[in-house]
Amino acid sequence: MKSKTKFSALLLFLGPSLGVITLFFFIPVIAAFSLSFSDFDIYSLGSWEYLRFVGLKNYIDLINDPLFWIALKNTFYFVLLGGPLSVGVSLGTAMLLNSKYIKWKGMFRLIYFLPVVTTLVAVSIVWRYIYHPRFGLLNYVLSFVGIGPVDWLGDPNLAMPAIIIMAVWKNFGYNMIIFIAGLQNIPEELYEAASIEGASGWQRFRNITIPMLAPTTLFISVITMIGYFQLFAEPYIMTQGGPLNSTLSIVYYMYQEGFRWWNIGYSTALAFMLFIIILIGTLIQFKVQKIDE
Amino acid sequence: MSEKLKKILVIVTATIIAFMSLMPFVWMVFASFMKSGEANVYPPKLFPDEFVLTHYITLFTRLNLTRYLINSIVISVGVTFISLIINSMSGYAFAKMAFRGKKQIFNSLLSAMVIPGQVTMLPVFLMLKYMGFINTYWAIIIPGMASIFGIFLIKQYALSIPDSLIEAARIDGGTEIQIYWKVILPLCKPILVTLGIFTFMGTWNDFLWPLIVMTDSSMYTLPVALANLMGEHTQDTELMMAGSVITIIPVIIVFLALQKYYIKGIMLGSVKG
Repeated sequence: MKSKTKFSALLLFLGPSLGVITLFFFIPVIAAFSLSFSDFDIYSLGSWEYLRFVGLKNYIDLINDPLFWIALKNTFYFVLLGGPLSVGVSLGTAMLLNSKYIKWKGMFRLIYFLPVVTTLVAVSIVWRYIYHPRFGLLNYVLSFVGIGPVDWLGDPNLAMPAIIIMAVWKNFGYNMIIFIAGLQNIPEELYEAASIEGASGWQRFRNITIPMLAPTTLFISVITMIGYFQLFAEPYIMTQGGPLNSTLSIVYYMYQEGFRWWNIGYSTALAFMLFIIILIGTLIQFKVQKIDE
Repeated sequence: MSEKLKKILVIVTATIIAFMSLMPFVWMVFASFMKSGEANVYPPKLFPDEFVLTHYITLFTRLNLTRYLINSIVISVGVTFISLIINSMSGYAFAKMAFRGKKQIFNSLLSAMVIPGQVTMLPVFLMLKYMGFINTYWAIIIPGMASIFGIFLIKQYALSIPDSLIEAARIDGGTEIQIYWKVILPLCKPILVTLGIFTFMGTWNDFLWPLIVMTDSSMYTLPVALANLMGEHTQDTELMMAGSVITIIPVIIVFLALQKYYIKGIMLGSVKG
């Protein structure tokens, strides 16, 4: 039996971390919750006496705010299309690199992974030029197959797909690494047995790979979804939320309301909506996974 | 499908994806050495007619990039070292010390991870503002000093350290601090490197928080400075590419030097799921 550690030692070892997390995370969460029921704005920033309790007003205003619904719709578009696409590409490339035909696996893995570690702001800038309607590399390549020229970031119908393509390019390497490890944990005998019984490649994929990877896929789907709900830098750099608000995301809208216009009460209500949406999304994914089993 | 055809198909696909992954970086690097206007032509050029350093010189002389580079380095290195100490002390305590409510505290920390950081941004901003830390390095360093993910990572690793080792050190008369410093930290070195890279890169690449707390241009980090530069120099493609190269190079170097630890960290982080 371990003896209880002395209080002074605990204070020394746990005090700093728990202190910082309490002061800069737990208390702010509670503060944000309280602020979301207040009309904290630029006047209250100057003097607290202008701060009033307004009940559910911010949340009711949100529901009646067309921009909130646009931001919500755009964010869901990004998450529901970009998320599965990212996970799919990650799985595809993981299987590709797991193939016995590939030599120099380490080199390929390194190259695929490079976009993950690079600075999002910098690559968003690079992609903004790649998407340039006249001089961009992408339209030049597409011109060879008779497509184009496409105004990727200037067309309200294409701006979000363009951001999704970039996000998939930037992120797929991360989940690929996790998938590769998952694939290597599947016993080779399973595939051998299935082959002997005459299972096709697709059948082996559907009946062995997918179920064996289910826990990995759940984990990846949840972290990808949580990350994608927080879309911000890509539209900030590439489109400023435009054209016609077609790439305005929840976090972008929260940033504008809170840190541009100092509608702090309203902005914290937005942040809480984001939290609730992420929470529900996570719970749904766990539920779906359970039903599948 | 014949075996040979399959093999060719796999290799060609893998090569095409590698090409697509690298192409934006290749173009970024070459465009950064082009003369002004050379990147805005049709058909687009991949190689500059002549390599010029004009844009790098402009960035470091007229546009103050040295200052932003220093800001980014001080903040990222600062957060990394301070958080490594604080998280490792905490992770060690959760792994090896006995106290009441340990499990409950640890579990509530873990479940708090579902709360997105954006929720706390406004209150933390207001707190730092009243403390007078806005537009100082502390505005980024202080909230980054401890992380739940970091504590979790260290705790998992420290669990594997045998108790007997700690007991032996204690019998030899080591104080708790000495044990932590001389026994635990050296044994935790691999996980410290892993967590260190994650923290460094996360801080270096971060955008939203520095954008919020650094409103004075002399305090910008590289990503914020770059985003700001983009507003004024949209037409200067070559200049923007040079700025992107400088922002990306440090993280690429750190990653290439320590990639084994980084990959391991991804795996450790996903074990929990």
